Amino acid sequence: MQILEGTDVTKYFGGLAAVSHVDFHVDQGEVIGLIGPNGAGKTTLFNLISAALLLKSGVIKFKGEKISGLKPHQICRMGVARTFQEVKIFSNMPVLENVLLGSLFGTSTGMSSADAAREATELLEFVELSAAKATPAKDLTLANQKRLEVARALATKPELLLLDELMAGLNPTEVVQAMELVTRIRDKGITIFMIEHVMKAIMSVCDRIMVLHHGEKIAEGTPQEIVTSKTVVEVYLGE
Amino acid sequence: MDIIRGIFKKSFVPGLISLILLVLLATLPVYGSAYNVILLTAILMYVIITVSWVIFSGPTGYISLAPAAFFGVGIYTMAILGKTLPLLSVVVIAGLITFILAFLVGALTLRLRGIYFAIFTFGLVVLIQQLLLFWEINITGTRGRFVVLIDNTTIYYVMLGIFVVLMLTTYFIRRSKYGLALQSIGENEEAAAHMGVNVTLVKVITFAISAIFMGAAGAIMATRWTYIDPYVAFSPLYSFLPVLMAIFGGMGQLYGPVLGAAIFAYLEEILITKFPYYYMLTFGIILVVVILYLPNGLVGLVQKWRKGGKAEQHANT
Repeated sequence: MQILEGTDVTKYFGGLAAVSHVDFHVDQGEVIGLIGPNGAGKTTLFNLISAALLLKSGVIKFKGEKISGLKPHQICRMGVARTFQEVKIFSNMPVLENVLLGSLFGTSTGMSSADAAREATELLEFVELSAAKATPAKDLTLANQKRLEVARALATKPELLLLDELMAGLNPTEVVQAMELVTRIRDKGITIFMIEHVMKAIMSVCDRIMVLHHGEKIAEGTPQEIVTSKTVVEVYLGE
Repeated sequence: MDIIRGIFKKSFVPGLISLILLVLLATLPVYGSAYNVILLTAILMYVIITVSWVIFSGPTGYISLAPAAFFGVGIYTMAILGKTLPLLSVVVIAGLITFILAFLVGALTLRLRGIYFAIFTFGLVVLIQQLLLFWEINITGTRGRFVVLIDNTTIYYVMLGIFVVLMLTTYFIRRSKYGLALQSIGENEEAAAHMGVNVTLVKVITFAISAIFMGAAGAIMATRWTYIDPYVAFSPLYSFLPVLMAIFGGMGQLYGPVLGAAIFAYLEEILITKFPYYYMLTFGIILVVVILYLPNGLVGLVQKWRKGGKAEQHANT
């Protein structure tokens, strides 16, 4: 079953087509990777899905319902959560309150503050940040700030999670931990759509990979198909 | 049960102090002189404008310079309706009108950020002032208006009432999940929106709620001044003072702006009556010293002193 479906998704920045006529879909329960050189339009695509940017044309559907045109908070409540390439945490708020905000405002039904607090505590355990509960978020290391973003996104009880370069800037040990975290999130039954530059990670974690170049989709397939694809190799390494 | 006891314990001392203060304030006209009643009315007015300014601008970081506009609208509501309607209903109507005005202004301007928002809100003050002046001179053919006379004790009690409602509102907003949402907007608005916070609605509603109290305070204060014109009612001073008073007191705690505004207003009164020639000089020096050495305001000073005290205890034992 397709959980997310985009048809003819297009976005211009001035005269530049950042994303042009892209058709894509995400199946329920899979981990799908989005790769491409810098400036390919990967983050723009995420911004279009989560409504940080408005579509020029095209339609995006989530579970069969049209979500393009909705506001970011509405899309979040429908069950699409995201993290950011440059971490956007609430720096001066304690770690727990960062997550609490997600569970108080991001869920479709809303919950009592006691439930939200329990939920937030559990999620901090899930991402292994329990010890830092009361620390201001800005005092965490980059790896932990990224984990916090994941916990905050999970607090909104998403069915689809958009991870924008979760592993950028992490050291090899932290990359391994982040990969393990992605697997554990998938095991919870959450569908994952991730942008990643760390090839080792994307090859081992993803079921399927999509490649963008100059705003256009140039390839799509299993990790094996992508590494052996002539077009993809050309885009990355030149002819 | 433990949680309830914890909350009770935590809020018991501040609660008791507030209650004692409230009783002292409520009985002031009985034991205080007429001068004290008038002085405290003025102090309460500044406290109300400052605290209501902090409700919105404190956590979100949107610096609003609109207080003078809302305050002035309150003043003119009383000037126009005061003679025909009962006092309290005019105060309530003034609150409602400012709520609607702030809602409209907020819906229009809260997409502006930083300095642009500050400038636009300040423009609102000047715009209303000049429009009103034009109207008064060309249409009604006057410049100012006389306001209905009310005795000082009644004015004081109405002001105290507004203050109590304001403090309760502030307390509950800070404690509720909307307090958290406001804070997250100040920290990172985009992230807040993607976490399910309806940022536009939260901002506009809070901005409008904070304006209610400025309008109500303006309405009752107008009866104290008896004669008003657009320059008095929409003095830009009422936009800048709350910002200064809030910084002076410190915005981290609920009592910060209260303390800041009260001391600031009292200081102004003392300096202006005792040292009329050195008033501005002394006032300026105090402000500079506070901003240089107390970046977190009086609240910062109190917290530093408390922490210092505790650290010493540990060192001794």
